[in-house]
Amino acid sequence: MQPLTNRSKAVLQKEMTFAEKLYLPAIINGMIITFKHMFKKAATIQYPEQKREFSPIYRGHHVLKRDDEGAERCTACGLCAVSCPAEAITMQAAERKEGEEKLYREEKYAANYEINMLRCIFCGLCEEACPKEAIFLTDRLVPTEFDRGDFVFGKDKLVEKVDDRVDVTRRQTQDVLDFKQNKKYSHNK
Amino acid sequence: MENYYLFKIILVVALFVVSLVVAMYSTFAERKISALMQDRLGPNRAGPFGLLQPLADGIKMFMKEEIIPNVSNKTLFILGPCLAMTTALMAGVLIPWGGKVEFMGKPYDLQVTDLNIGVLYIFGVTSLGVYGIMIGGWASNNKYSLMGAIRASAQMISYEIAMGLAIIALIMSTGTMSLGEIAAQQDAGLANIVYQPLGFLIFLICAFAELNRAPFDMPESESELIGGYHTEYSSMKLGLFLFAEYINMFISSAVIVTFYFGGYNFPFQNEINEALGLSTNMATALGTLVMFGKIFFFIFFFMWIRWTLPRFRYDQLMRLGWKSLIPLAILNILITGVVMWMNGKLN
Repeated sequence: MQPLTNRSKAVLQKEMTFAEKLYLPAIINGMIITFKHMFKKAATIQYPEQKREFSPIYRGHHVLKRDDEGAERCTACGLCAVSCPAEAITMQAAERKEGEEKLYREEKYAANYEINMLRCIFCGLCEEACPKEAIFLTDRLVPTEFDRGDFVFGKDKLVEKVDDRVDVTRRQTQDVLDFKQNKKYSHNK
Repeated sequence: MENYYLFKIILVVALFVVSLVVAMYSTFAERKISALMQDRLGPNRAGPFGLLQPLADGIKMFMKEEIIPNVSNKTLFILGPCLAMTTALMAGVLIPWGGKVEFMGKPYDLQVTDLNIGVLYIFGVTSLGVYGIMIGGWASNNKYSLMGAIRASAQMISYEIAMGLAIIALIMSTGTMSLGEIAAQQDAGLANIVYQPLGFLIFLICAFAELNRAPFDMPESESELIGGYHTEYSSMKLGLFLFAEYINMFISSAVIVTFYFGGYNFPFQNEINEALGLSTNMATALGTLVMFGKIFFFIFFFMWIRWTLPRFRYDQLMRLGWKSLIPLAILNILITGVVMWMNGKLN
């Protein structure tokens, strides 16, 4: 069998040598190790003041994006709900009325859009499935709630505010943009 | 004569306070050193660098709810920590903390009392320490506590023998049982560690066992006995037990330093004192400072060992005590005797 590391040693049941029986050399070796550790940098992150960096591909709280004019991008096509392995997403579509062009980008929009954050496994498949670049997972943490019902996040919590945009450039890399430009794939039609 | 008593009273009170303060900051040092050795930061929130942490711990201990189990023997339950604390504080009076001190025109030794059987007294008092643990553990009426108490007493008895035998060799080579004289003898000559290296090693190992510190922390062993003898204790009674351990550590370090590392003496002290032109009191203060440096090193050493070595198994502990240390200590006595005989020091 292939060893996982090269550090494994064959165990022998041999008599201990005199030096080993004395324990003292081993104890001194151990003490040298602990003494060296005293001068190493502590791994501590002092939490309230310092915060650990999120990984660039962190998948947290979802956001429903607006376009540059502030209109919601989501057209309630339902691809995210279909792709969701945890079946956490539900939505109801509605037709855009006259005068709502500033609010919704296309003729159809999501009147209701809910994600159950207790069901969600933060896999990011909704984001991959979305043809309108409307839903993204961000590096924000899902806030805690006291009731299970409060974890069903509606549009009020998911859609980004017009004056408080959520940065998704880390998720929307050039590769992703290039891929979505390519009309060859049925996904992007 | 009044000055004499005044001096001694001041000394006793100072000793009491110093013991408590050192023990207090030992708890802090223990946490800090363990943290550093494990690549952590340790307490750093209470005050600058976390220096007020011991105070916060103390206040916490006092404010905690006091629980005395219904099934326990209440008198003994309360007596346990009191005994542990009292005996811990008793040994310090014999340690010579420095040379001569001029007080109101008269020279005094910086030592509360110099019994001519000081070594025996220290032994007696430190052995009494086990009663606190034993009575506390037994009175708790709890299986874990009882196990801890049994282990503590068995361990103490086993290691006391080796410790006593190691000390016999020291007494043979120094020819006195007074701690003041043992310290004074190392003034000009070499420290006793040079004459008694094996004795020192045995004494050191036994000191670890007597203090119930890792790798001999069998009576506490929080991972198997929840906390051993102090499982049922809460509030300041627990605090007293923990505190007694640190005071014991301080006193043991002082005893080790006095016995084997020259106490308040340091190399070329007379030359240095003359070169600096220090008065008697200043020279003594310097010596005391040096002694405290040595003591702090040993306290650090106790902690260093604790955060390096895992705990011994009970049978390993007994085997080490009875089969290795006691024969070694007897061998040490023999060697000391032979060397003294060859040097013609035996009458």
